[in-house]
Amino acid sequence: MRSIFSPAAQTRIPGLIARYAEKRGALLPLLWLAQEEQGYVSEEAMKEIAGLLGLTPPQVYETMTFYTMYHRRPIGTHHIQVCRSLMCALVGTDHLLGWIHAKLGLTTGQTTADGVFTLSLVECLGSCATGPMMQINDDYYERLTAEKVTRILDDLKRDGTCPLASGPFMFPEPTAK
Amino acid sequence: MATHEPLLLKNMSQPGYTGSLADYERAGGYQALKKVLGKILPADITEMVKKSGLRGRGGAGFPTGVKWSFIPKDHPGPRYLICNADESEPGTFKDRQLIERDPHQMIEGMILAAYAIGVRTAYIYIRGEFALGAKILERALAEAYQAGYLGANILRATFELDIYVHRGAGAYICGEETALLESLEGKRGLPRIKPPFPATHGLFQKPTVVNNVETLANIPHIVARGPEWFAAIGHPPKSSGTRVFCLSGHVTRPGNYEVPMGITFREIIYDIAGGMRGDKPLKAFIPGGASAAFLTPNHLDVKLDFESVAQAGSMLGSGGITVMEEGTCMVWAAENLLHFFNHESCGKCTPCREGTSWLLQILRRIDHGHGKADDLATLLRLSGNIVGRTVCAFGDAAVAPITSTLQYFREEYDAHIREQRCPLRPAPVRELITVGREA
Repeated sequence: MRSIFSPAAQTRIPGLIARYAEKRGALLPLLWLAQEEQGYVSEEAMKEIAGLLGLTPPQVYETMTFYTMYHRRPIGTHHIQVCRSLMCALVGTDHLLGWIHAKLGLTTGQTTADGVFTLSLVECLGSCATGPMMQINDDYYERLTAEKVTRILDDLKRDGTCPLASGPFMFPEPTAK
Repeated sequence: MATHEPLLLKNMSQPGYTGSLADYERAGGYQALKKVLGKILPADITEMVKKSGLRGRGGAGFPTGVKWSFIPKDHPGPRYLICNADESEPGTFKDRQLIERDPHQMIEGMILAAYAIGVRTAYIYIRGEFALGAKILERALAEAYQAGYLGANILRATFELDIYVHRGAGAYICGEETALLESLEGKRGLPRIKPPFPATHGLFQKPTVVNNVETLANIPHIVARGPEWFAAIGHPPKSSGTRVFCLSGHVTRPGNYEVPMGITFREIIYDIAGGMRGDKPLKAFIPGGASAAFLTPNHLDVKLDFESVAQAGSMLGSGGITVMEEGTCMVWAAENLLHFFNHESCGKCTPCREGTSWLLQILRRIDHGHGKADDLATLLRLSGNIVGRTVCAFGDAAVAPITSTLQYFREEYDAHIREQRCPLRPAPVRELITVGREA
């Protein structure tokens, strides 16, 4: 059977398994690795991981489906996750969803026809002083305005990255005394 | 108001501080470790932490040194230390800052804790969404290995320690320490029945200590400057030290502010966070994350310490203070939080799994103008059937937004039902926020 992991990823697997006294501890890390490889976790990946850890495929499946960040099918290249929890909602989640809708025509759960963007609503992302905010793939985008959202979505579609992504977080930022 | 010397945010408050090992060492970092490693007995560090009065900063507020001392001394091992970096409590964003701006501070705290309790393998369980934080920690750990603060023969003493970053994958409940252990073992994050406690049967059924990021970040300071110094900060004896409070909602200057425990909500909201946005009157605030009961302007002079907030009927919790201005609909706010709790209920206990779903449906009905005369009695009855009837504290937390808003804003619920609409003119948010998500 061909591995779903690239040779580079395969070299990391023994080290990940060795971190835990019981092999199963490496399940979440291996699911992450599979998702990095494929963009989602396929059934082939689940079977291969089960084999690596001495589990049955259903054990991998039942664990994986508990966690919202693993995808069981391919999604858009850029996964927009808008925080819907109270702290962001108090300062403009509604506006943010409106800006995204105006720009991409998406409501939650939908993917653009070109497969570039998928929109999800998620619970608190730990960015409550800097709402409204969204996470796109690994990056946070905070204190959003209509202009910023337009620029972020344009940049991502064109370049695949956007300089407005948050760096190491501190808020308020330190000021020289 | 007195000015406060920051402790945990001190380094990162210097403009240009990057959180690198070089910056941390230049600011006096790893001096605490050098002072004690191989020079004083591990048990003496536990004793220092006990004496300092430090209590857990994750939410429950358990005394840290006491937690460490529960680890059985004669156990053949292995024992484990886990840094709980699964910061997911709505309204809380302090650990994110402590991790991303000064990672070595908490790593030094972990090394000291590991030395104190005899641990050779430790994990940092970080929520999956904090991808940047995980990267920063990996980089910082690599620096620490390189410099001899981790690995074998740390600082040439006969002490070895490995620390691994373990990413969660989107489950609030994994911040609960026994659910975290299940998750770290590669299972669904379902809380365990206690006892046995993690101190004797934790990760892989071995003795385990789980401490929050902010808790561990305090350890180097306690070791460096002594427990007596720490114990005098804040509001001793029960609430020693500072807290990094997270201000969010309708305040002028939201953000993280580190202050000694014992100042009042009025001080932190009006003096430190700049007061209410647009000078609107304050209607309600949540004092310690979404799991804490709402409080009102009558509680502004309550002190920010564990006991005072508990006496006021809520809890200091994770330190997340969310402020709401006049005009905010309390039914809508409770509904938003119940959506969170319903979504995040792990499903293990029936009262929580089923109850949060019913509570959410009834709140939504009231909010959308279809409330029934007996809905409030049903809300209270359902809430009463959840509290105290679940394996973990999640069930109690889930009903706090309802019982507290009903306690203080009953008239607003009545008006929704009487007028069959929201009397406060709901923002368009709720139409969008419910689209395609839950039917």
